[in-house]
Amino acid sequence: MSKPILQMQNITKTFPGVKALDSVTIEVLEGEVVALAGENGAGKSTLMKILGGVYQPDGGQIFVNGNSVSIRNVNDATNYGIGFVHQELNVLDNLTVAENVFLGREPKNFGIIIDRKKINTDSEIYLKRLGLDISPKTPLSELPIAQQQMVEIAKALSLNAKILILDEPTSSLTLTETEKLLSVIKDLRSSGVSIIYISHRLGEIKEIADRVVTLRDGKNAGVLQREEINHDAIVRQMVGRDIERFYKPPSKVDDSTMFEVENLRTSRYPNRSVSFKINKGEIVGFAGLVGAGRSETAQAIFGVDSSSASKITVEGKTTKISSSKDAIRNGIFLVPEDRRNTGLILDFAIRENITLPSLEKFTATGLISKKAESKTSQEMCEKLNVKTPSIETNVGNLSGGNQQKVVLAKWLSLNPKLLIFDEPTRGIDVGAKSEIYQLMRDLAEKGVAIMMISSDMEEILGESDRIAVMHEGTITGFLNRDEASEEAVMKLAVGGQ
Amino acid sequence: MKKELGIFVILAIVCVTLAILSPEFITATNLQNNARLIGIYGIFAIGMGIVIMTGGIDLSVGSVSALLGVVLSMLLVEWKIPPFLAVLIVILLTTALGFLNGVLITKVKLQAFIVTLCGLLFYRGLSRYVTNDNTKGFGNAEGFETLKFLASDNIFGIPTPFILLLIIAVIMWVILHRSVWGRYLFAVGRNEIASKYSGINSDLMIISAYVVCGLLTGIAGVLLAFYTNSISPSSHGNSYELYAVAAAVLGGCSLRGGTGSIFGILVGTALLQVLRNLVNLLGIPSSLDFAVMGVVIMLGVLADQLLQGKRQK
Repeated sequence: MSKPILQMQNITKTFPGVKALDSVTIEVLEGEVVALAGENGAGKSTLMKILGGVYQPDGGQIFVNGNSVSIRNVNDATNYGIGFVHQELNVLDNLTVAENVFLGREPKNFGIIIDRKKINTDSEIYLKRLGLDISPKTPLSELPIAQQQMVEIAKALSLNAKILILDEPTSSLTLTETEKLLSVIKDLRSSGVSIIYISHRLGEIKEIADRVVTLRDGKNAGVLQREEINHDAIVRQMVGRDIERFYKPPSKVDDSTMFEVENLRTSRYPNRSVSFKINKGEIVGFAGLVGAGRSETAQAIFGVDSSSASKITVEGKTTKISSSKDAIRNGIFLVPEDRRNTGLILDFAIRENITLPSLEKFTATGLISKKAESKTSQEMCEKLNVKTPSIETNVGNLSGGNQQKVVLAKWLSLNPKLLIFDEPTRGIDVGAKSEIYQLMRDLAEKGVAIMMISSDMEEILGESDRIAVMHEGTITGFLNRDEASEEAVMKLAVGGQ
Repeated sequence: MKKELGIFVILAIVCVTLAILSPEFITATNLQNNARLIGIYGIFAIGMGIVIMTGGIDLSVGSVSALLGVVLSMLLVEWKIPPFLAVLIVILLTTALGFLNGVLITKVKLQAFIVTLCGLLFYRGLSRYVTNDNTKGFGNAEGFETLKFLASDNIFGIPTPFILLLIIAVIMWVILHRSVWGRYLFAVGRNEIASKYSGINSDLMIISAYVVCGLLTGIAGVLLAFYTNSISPSSHGNSYELYAVAAAVLGGCSLRGGTGSIFGILVGTALLQVLRNLVNLLGIPSSLDFAVMGVVIMLGVLADQLLQGKRQK
């Protein structure tokens, strides 16, 4: 029986306004692969960043080899034998493989000149161990992502990592590359390295995990032993709560199609395509895990992502959209995910933000009529209940909810046909949240088609008339209201049918 | 607007102090001289200011004005082209060069600093090559007295370049602060992505800013050529791009883009010119000319930074 190499006990971490981790406990044995599962925002990354020394916990204890330790920074983590391979690779592609492996701790001759011979021969040992047949002198920029990732693992091994954290290591790998990685992980395990494996892909977890630890809303949601691991069991633990449905029943959806897109390809997934239609007055929720390509799809429809070969039809008329201007002309508007940087100009006044996309409507003899602008802005602010001392206040000074209402106000004066919301209530307090839902509903009732991208499961299930679930750049399924459940959505979101 | 008022107060203080220290400052000739130069520099600076408001910069304007001077002299003196046509040609030329800058920056996605730095070097070299490094001029301006008049005469005692500056400033003020184009320009300067997400063609806005800068550089360049009446290809318009940047920044344009006003640029230009005049009148060695300018710009920017820090607290 192997002994525990790592124990994290009752770890708690609070960020302003959110309890990210609430007394989370996880244990890893020597030579064991532990998979960490959970929905977006369940606390997986926060927990691992604490282990990697990026964040400090507010409470709880960490034991390495049975000794209580405090990990104050990344160097501490390295010294305790913890290696962290991030989802976003941390390699410098202008250096060679060996230079990356030994970055920051190069052996030197005469104290200044890098001992290239040594770093090359030493790197080779680790590359061999990972079954990687490349020269250590290869510039990293010439390697595919999968091999760059291996270099990062080699770097962790060269630092004597006994516990290796892999955060979504396969998110940008092909199938064969993934299999290769999994076999490397198995080899490492048999050589005594412990691995914490974070992935949204349940198939991989099933294949390599000795144990699955599931988090939900920042708490432990359960542990599955090797023989208990299966798709449904993991999903059940990830989801596991009853949703309170305090939303209004759906509006009656018109039968006629308002918006249709065929074979849309985004820059992120050029080989996958998306097709769907939305009826008049219908709210279609777009669910999926982070990186499924939902935002890119929205941006492509709005003309700000370079998409190709798509056929877009609005109210029966086929049209071509190659810029946001085209989209706006066709009544397609986007309320973007990052409202502070893409939705608004923070140091512009509310009035200037609201009128920006429709400025031509406020001109007389070629010049802007501030009076007309003010009148419309004032009306919009009253209609949407924007709480502000004046319409001349800079948008940057408003709360998240009020900012979101200003983004909405930009579009409402323009007669929308399709309104796309990307994470409409992220970072918004409960009160403003229900106001935004109400606005969305009111718009639908007026016949506007609504595409609502959300990672908030309650929002998806409660607000949508129909749910489209995306996985890796394509829609894996649609769910009607009566067949929608968290389990059904998650199943499609992780790529199942 | 507070920013511009602050710099205006500084200008007033400098003027009053200078008038007390050196009565020569308020003589008609000296004031006229200052006004004439403010007129020429101001037109350059408004063009630069528009570009800076988009977050860009145009380092080529000095060299472009040298090229313009050289070409204009050749058109008028050597080829005897009618004055009106000649002026039209050179202004179209500088406008086209502005367009080229804009296209390289937005469509080819090169950095504005690099693109216009190459312009600075290239047009200077070109001017020297086509003239064999010989100084060009307009002699007694026979046949194109009107042009000479525009650059170096007065109307009711007010230098014509200054009057032209005021006319251009009013037009640009309306365009920048009252038209859709102006609002879009500020929006793109503040946040290009959000502007794009509001349906603004930001590339087109940026290109048009460089075009306007090219156009104003052309007008100022014509005035400058006739004002000096002697275009030495290796030094004509040297460092003018930097005076223009300095005036715009002093007048409240941030190099980050998105801020600035025509009024501020005018005041900034005037302050710079009065400072040079001050160095001259107070008998400060003229070699310190640049040093004084540098210190004052630094003080102006520092004061602004401190005030902003306070406002944010």
